[in-house]
Amino acid sequence: MNFHPNDVQRRARVASGMLFLTIVFLIGSFFRAQVLQHSQYALASEKNRLREVPIPAPRGQIYDRRGEIIAENIPGYTVSLLAPGEDSLRAALARLSGTIQLSDEQADAVVKRYRRTPNRPAVIFGDASFDLVSVLEEHRVEFPGLIIQAAPKRYYPDGPAVAALVGYTGEINETELGSKDFVGYKPGQQVGKTGIEKRYEARLRGQEGVRFVEVDVRGRVVREAGAREDLSARPAPPLYTNIDLDLQKFIVKLFGDSLQGAVVALEPKSGEVLALHSAPSFDPNRFVGGVSRAYFDSLNTDKRRPMYNKAIQGTYPPGSTWKLATAITALEDSVVKLEDHMPAPCTGSYTYGNRPFKCHKHTGHGSLTLAQAIEQSCDVYFYQLGLKLGITRLVAGGVAIGSAERSGIDLPNETKPNFPTAPANDYFNKRYGVRGWSPAVSMNMAIGQGENSQTVVNMARFYSALATDGNAAHPQVVRGLSEKEKLFELDSANMAGIRAALAGVVSHGTAAASRIEGLTMAGKTGTAQNGTEAEHRPDHAWFVGFAPADNPKIVVAVMIEFGGHGTRSAPIAAKIIEHFLKAATKQAFITEGN
Amino acid sequence: MKQRLIPDFTLLALALTLSLFGLAMVYSAGQTDVLTRVTSLWHRQLLWLAMGLGAAYIASRASVRMLDFITPPVYAITCVVLLLLVFIGKGFGTGASTKSWLMIGGFRLGQPSELAKIVVVLMLAKVLSARRDAPKSLLDLWQPALVVGVPWILIMLQPDLGTGLVFIGIFFAMLFWSGCSWQLLMLAASPGISLVLAVNTTIWGAWFLILIALVVWYRPYIAEGVFVVVANVAMGVVAPLVWERLNPYQQRRLLVFLDPGSDPLRSGYHVIQSQVAIGSGGWLGKGFTMGTQKRLAFLPAQHTDFIFPVVGEELGFVGVTIALLLFLWLFMRCVRVAGRATDSFSSLVAFGLVSTWFVHVLVNVGMTLNLMPITGIPLPFFSYGGSFLLACWIAVGIEIRISGEGRGKADTLVI
Repeated sequence: MNFHPNDVQRRARVASGMLFLTIVFLIGSFFRAQVLQHSQYALASEKNRLREVPIPAPRGQIYDRRGEIIAENIPGYTVSLLAPGEDSLRAALARLSGTIQLSDEQADAVVKRYRRTPNRPAVIFGDASFDLVSVLEEHRVEFPGLIIQAAPKRYYPDGPAVAALVGYTGEINETELGSKDFVGYKPGQQVGKTGIEKRYEARLRGQEGVRFVEVDVRGRVVREAGAREDLSARPAPPLYTNIDLDLQKFIVKLFGDSLQGAVVALEPKSGEVLALHSAPSFDPNRFVGGVSRAYFDSLNTDKRRPMYNKAIQGTYPPGSTWKLATAITALEDSVVKLEDHMPAPCTGSYTYGNRPFKCHKHTGHGSLTLAQAIEQSCDVYFYQLGLKLGITRLVAGGVAIGSAERSGIDLPNETKPNFPTAPANDYFNKRYGVRGWSPAVSMNMAIGQGENSQTVVNMARFYSALATDGNAAHPQVVRGLSEKEKLFELDSANMAGIRAALAGVVSHGTAAASRIEGLTMAGKTGTAQNGTEAEHRPDHAWFVGFAPADNPKIVVAVMIEFGGHGTRSAPIAAKIIEHFLKAATKQAFITEGN
Repeated sequence: MKQRLIPDFTLLALALTLSLFGLAMVYSAGQTDVLTRVTSLWHRQLLWLAMGLGAAYIASRASVRMLDFITPPVYAITCVVLLLLVFIGKGFGTGASTKSWLMIGGFRLGQPSELAKIVVVLMLAKVLSARRDAPKSLLDLWQPALVVGVPWILIMLQPDLGTGLVFIGIFFAMLFWSGCSWQLLMLAASPGISLVLAVNTTIWGAWFLILIALVVWYRPYIAEGVFVVVANVAMGVVAPLVWERLNPYQQRRLLVFLDPGSDPLRSGYHVIQSQVAIGSGGWLGKGFTMGTQKRLAFLPAQHTDFIFPVVGEELGFVGVTIALLLFLWLFMRCVRVAGRATDSFSSLVAFGLVSTWFVHVLVNVGMTLNLMPITGIPLPFFSYGGSFLLACWIAVGIEIRISGEGRGKADTLVI
């Protein structure tokens, strides 16, 4: 080698310089990674080791108007699994199924949840029984990713009695996760599915908390707590409703097991919903945390349709209860006065164009005033009034009182009533062709038959306008102001006359049998023809009314499916009103006593 | 020796500090939340360190003449052992896929390739120092190439890519120290560079033009010039074939080096987790033994190949800088030893040994930040491993001996 000292020194300098530059370059690289990009890597490191275990927030409690509990939370458990990958999740599920009952279907559902949010523990059981939790706790060591979490569970103390109102909660499904109403929701979370729970989901859900657990590279939980400070769940504030739970339960008892139908009770001035029931009902508690297939199937195959909310979803021809709409329209337009007679007296039927149109009283009512026609529910009077008004005004009046629109109750899935749109001529021409219909439609229309089917809640709303001054609020389940809407405008004399006629229905008219001593109740029976002539099924029985007649405190709409004549519903309404007014007096007495 | 040698205390202190630093990191590497056999390995490492110190003492007692004398037979024995390894070697630990372990009667003796590095340095020094002048032509390089080539081929047969890379580093570093011109080194290295650059035809084309210019400028023998050009063309052509001959894991490692995100959960995983460990350390780190990446086993091979990320994670940028500056100081010191040596053999040995460490540090530390492909070579004085620590301390002993025999006082000579 060339070993002259000068050469060696030169090479030593070159070598030292290269060493120095290399080490400086390395230090520079570390500076870049550790100082400049620190936050990015620190985050990656935290993401590696920490898993967020959601702490479900207690849903807001739901109270009735007196502070009675409609929905509350009781202690429950969720069981979920943390896994680093789908394969290990499946392996863990397979091992779990050796210890506990776990169907393939359930396992697939867990994997689906995992796929959507791999960093959250995949929920296996949204509502685990205490026995199941004990078994799992025993075998804890065998399932390192298993997370058992105390979670508040929804409970409805009155179960079926409030099902139509409150609805129920359940695990969020794929469709909901994809919809924009549920942005920010995660699989495995409980959400309101129907009723108040659904409508007020945003107010009831609370804010989920987070617990951090530390996991190793295989996803095994190394530390349960203390890895990072927990964010505690924030419970939602309670939700106060206008419901009178006592009345609600009374109604449910009245219906018993045999009757099927619906009731809506409103406070007429404010539109507050005092009670709402659909019979038969179901037990919402059995839906919380996942409904069993057997129960769900039994509900769906039941011909009485317990899952169908007959108060807001079912539409029924309003029958004679709708005659008030005809009367109001005629009075508003000054076509008749309350004491006016129609040209033809009732002889049991009315002939129009060679065709007889029957009255429900075959022997005939004779010549009646409008007020008497309401009391006796005379069809012949209203046939003639309908013809006099004409279809255009009839439909326009119906639209004005809200018969074509939803009542606007603050419950989800309300059905829109079936009613012609104004102007009526266009509607019928379009539907039946220009020559396909005759003025006779206005005769049917006038007595609440034909192209007209209404929800129970919508009829209750209309009658709350009759009970007050022609204005009605949208029925309001949850405490809060509801805007009022003018349905019609009548002078006070006419209003009083209408109310007197409705009071006459109960005191000596069609519902006289349901008269209760000391109670001035006003209302109207209705019999909704059901099915075709060929396949006749029993009619639906309506009664819509209010009391006391001079200063109404409650409006009740009762509809009994296949109840036959409206007189079947009237006694039920009478009992509901009686119960409510008695309780109200007692309440007032107690309040004054204090 | 007429006078008693004064040991190079600075060198000794630097090596000892690095070893203790490393021992502490091996201890920390075993402190995990996940059950691991690494937990008690620091006891063994301590034992190996003690043995290393003993070996260093013995090495420092042996005169350089003595080393010079025993080099050829030791080299021959080493080559035979490496040849045997090709047939009876066993894979183990981080070298699980290579046959680098010598086992006799079921007992793991160690990895002879670690000691082979020192032996190759000695033999290369002997060959190069025997010449009056530095090699001037490629033809002159046949002897050094043979000295490195035989063990290199045997090691590549194991196959241990990392150690092979270190041998190439030693070869070029010692040629440089012997006085070879950089042009010659470039020409010698050109086929290898071609092999790597052939991945991209355009880059390879550019390199080829540079090479032609180099050949014209340096004016080697015509035969050499032609040979170099032909070799480069051949390499460019066979590169894809060589690529296909590589083991799948080697291919993956190279691909991952180019883009760690390409396979984040498998091959790229090590590099990504290593970077996360280092980056999350910040200025001061998460505290000794407290690194979460290590504790929760996100960091692989945390006691061997990836021990430096533990330094980065737990002691932060400050700890990393201290470790790298200690290495720099040690390297500078050893270069000075090489510069002060009284004879060319000693000088070449001193430089050859430090260049071995340097290649190890560069490749190992560079790998943790994805500046280098993963080749799986350990970090001197830090990584757990008996043979390697022993080899490092034997090298320290030789450096101290050469320093003691050098001109002037160890601390006075200025480079």
